[in-house]
Amino acid sequence: MIVARRPPRRLARTMRLGEERLGAARAIKWALRYVFPDHWTFLLGEIALYAFIVLVATGVFLTLYYVPSDTQVIYRGPYDLLRGEQMSEAFRSVLDLSFNVPAGLLVRQIHHWAADVFVAAIVLHLIRIFFTGAYRKPRDLNYFIGLTMLMLAILEGFAGYSLVDDLLSGMGLAIAYSVALSIPFVGAQLGYLIWGGQFPGSSDFFPRLEIIHVLVIPLALAVLITMHLAMIMRHRHTQFPGPGRRERNVVGTPLWPAYALRSIGLLLAVAAVLFLVGGLIQVNPIWQWGPYHGYLSENGAQPDWYIGWLIGALRLMPNWEPTIAGHTLIPNPFWGGVLFPTVVFAMMFAWPALERRVTGDYRRHDLLDRPRDRPVRTAIGAAFLSWVVIIFAVGSTDRIFVRLHIPYEEQVHFWRVGVWLLPIIVFFATRQTCRWLARTGSHPLRAWEGALIARRPDGGFEVLADSPEGPGSIESGPPIGTAPGQESEL
Amino acid sequence: MSDGDDRGTTRLRALASMLAALLTARALRDAFARRRQMRRVPSPGPGSVPRSRSGSGSGPDSGSAPRSAPGSRSGEDPSQRELPANRRAEAIVAILLVGAGLFAFGFTVVYAAAGASTQLLGIALGGGLALLAAAAIVAGKAVVPQETSVEQRDVLLKEQEMEQVLEIVESGGEGISRRTLLAGAAGLAGAGVLTAAVTPLASLGPDLDAIHQTAWRRGVRLVDDQGRPYSAEDVQIGAFYTALPERGDPEAFGSGVLVVKLPADLIHLPPARRDWAPEGILAYSKICPHAGCAISLYRYPTYQPTSVGPAFTCPCHYSTFSPGEGGRLMFGPAGRALPQLPLMIDGERNLRAAAAFHEDIGPSWWSVHRGQS
Repeated sequence: MIVARRPPRRLARTMRLGEERLGAARAIKWALRYVFPDHWTFLLGEIALYAFIVLVATGVFLTLYYVPSDTQVIYRGPYDLLRGEQMSEAFRSVLDLSFNVPAGLLVRQIHHWAADVFVAAIVLHLIRIFFTGAYRKPRDLNYFIGLTMLMLAILEGFAGYSLVDDLLSGMGLAIAYSVALSIPFVGAQLGYLIWGGQFPGSSDFFPRLEIIHVLVIPLALAVLITMHLAMIMRHRHTQFPGPGRRERNVVGTPLWPAYALRSIGLLLAVAAVLFLVGGLIQVNPIWQWGPYHGYLSENGAQPDWYIGWLIGALRLMPNWEPTIAGHTLIPNPFWGGVLFPTVVFAMMFAWPALERRVTGDYRRHDLLDRPRDRPVRTAIGAAFLSWVVIIFAVGSTDRIFVRLHIPYEEQVHFWRVGVWLLPIIVFFATRQTCRWLARTGSHPLRAWEGALIARRPDGGFEVLADSPEGPGSIESGPPIGTAPGQESEL
Repeated sequence: MSDGDDRGTTRLRALASMLAALLTARALRDAFARRRQMRRVPSPGPGSVPRSRSGSGSGPDSGSAPRSAPGSRSGEDPSQRELPANRRAEAIVAILLVGAGLFAFGFTVVYAAAGASTQLLGIALGGGLALLAAAAIVAGKAVVPQETSVEQRDVLLKEQEMEQVLEIVESGGEGISRRTLLAGAAGLAGAGVLTAAVTPLASLGPDLDAIHQTAWRRGVRLVDDQGRPYSAEDVQIGAFYTALPERGDPEAFGSGVLVVKLPADLIHLPPARRDWAPEGILAYSKICPHAGCAISLYRYPTYQPTSVGPAFTCPCHYSTFSPGEGGRLMFGPAGRALPQLPLMIDGERNLRAAAAFHEDIGPSWWSVHRGQS
């Protein structure tokens, strides 16, 4: 049935054209044979990368229409409810893009959704990296690059939706200005520097913000992504322990052809989901918010999800604002808007070195940990995550009040204490769960129960292992990569 | 020609199998099930490359030859390579590709049609991409050869090479006697250039004095967003009004003020502000002193016995201020009271500012002028 085919000679001719000029055959061969270990969590970073590609493609389209100007104009476009309203040229240009340009609204909504997915994929990727110990040497450097990209991605997203100058984004910029002003000693100078004067700033502000959003941060991200991928290829991927998998090797699917097709499939799937939600699910309907004016605001204002943790921190903070000799030492927005994110990122940056010091493990690691095999690290990570997630959730207390009628003020009072207590509970609960899972060898989702037994010659039974893999197997043994006597829970 | 006939039958058969695949929902599952069965076949063992029938992609140096790791336990070499020969999966991929093409062309059709709807555009291109994604994934999992291979990681730290690099670098400084002098001079030059590079930043920020200024001063009339002056009769108990300074820039940060009227028993102003609220009409900066949002929630007690009194609330972080008590903070994160604007009523019963704000409006900073209360 199957007819043998000759290798396609046209390909050979094309290849020869390139080879005579570049001599890249060796590099191409290396790339085609590059091995990708299979695990679904390895796709989270790829999703972020592909969302970035969609962001660049749609973003280029949007820049062709956006006008970075705060000049006040009267709207005369097709949207009845805003006709005759005074608004900035920036806001009008986005309205025109949405209503007058064919496929303009589609592209804008895809761009907005892609930004939300981009940051979400990075955060999930980071969570996987942390709980499997993938940040350890030699990848700590790459982990720092990843954290930097997360910070830039959040800034980039904020800058992007702030450009629109709708009522919601204007409120966000007012808060950003207040946070800038809250930095002790130099805050006002910094705020004036960025905005070109007192908020809402000079006419230079939107052009500045646009350059930051369309050039400076994307360029930085592109450079960092390149470094991130180059370093991954230098180290090769990490892998979970498994048959034949060791610290020194990497087992998986070579790039060509199966993995390339699957990865292209993922790129297309990410793009497909973004195009479908961009077409079918409304996001950031700016014509409902209306134009921003400093004396206006809307109720139930919620930012894009990745800013939620900062809103939560600003809301949760008591009204501390220490003054000294007539000067305001620490204006209140500093706590939630500057100190909190600084602490969160500082802890994440410091973690690999901290862990090395505490465990004394300075070796290179290429095999991943299962989270349950490191109960203390997993518990610290879970507690830290719960701390941030609670503060994130506090950002929605007003919606909870509206929907569930739990008084806003009582929620805030509750979480001012709960934000410290719950992570402690999470720490102990996670540590116990991990120890129990490691001891019993059971899988939380597959729920193995039982033991492997063998009959002895004398007729009795002998328990070989609590888990189906047998004694000394990777699943039930001590964490891979742990030298005898150096077993650590961290 | 018989060859042509053969190709005709093959095509017909392919079409039939495509249709069959289209009709049976189990096709996809079968395709994957087959692949799973296949994968259970162990590889022929280290050192040998299974030859594919097509003969392509498996030269003696193709790199797929699994090299067993030193010290690896026997029977654990996971290398394997399988050829799927899964015609049904090939048919599915073909159908998906055709579908993707149709959807993608659909995008152009919808775009060209008058009144291109966002939803249809999204479905067309998103659907096309989804089918394309499915085609790529099915092809990657069930059409092309499935291979698991093993590669060795590089050793990163090579002491000898590192030493050589260090020697080369250090040899570049041979024969230099005044190292400290040169390093110092280079440091000075670097610092100078760096300072020069950041100096232009200073031209970004204008003079800070304007931060204390607003358009409000004695005699400025309060107008609404259409420029109509507020008269004392416009202001009703239980509602709140947004006022702007007449002939002031409405977009300026300090321009917006809140105006409310309270019954006398709810007004408890500090003694110094006793005449700031003529006829019970009070005005406050609309900009929250916490984070600069406009305050747009006003709570007025409809049932006095159980209510905590009138309040302004900022919708951003829910700082809550008492309008009857000079803007005292009742709840929330704001570190200062809401700045109050002294009012007066002129001969035409219009509301006017009786003075400028006595403190800074907007968020706090190092040298913010704080109110007395």
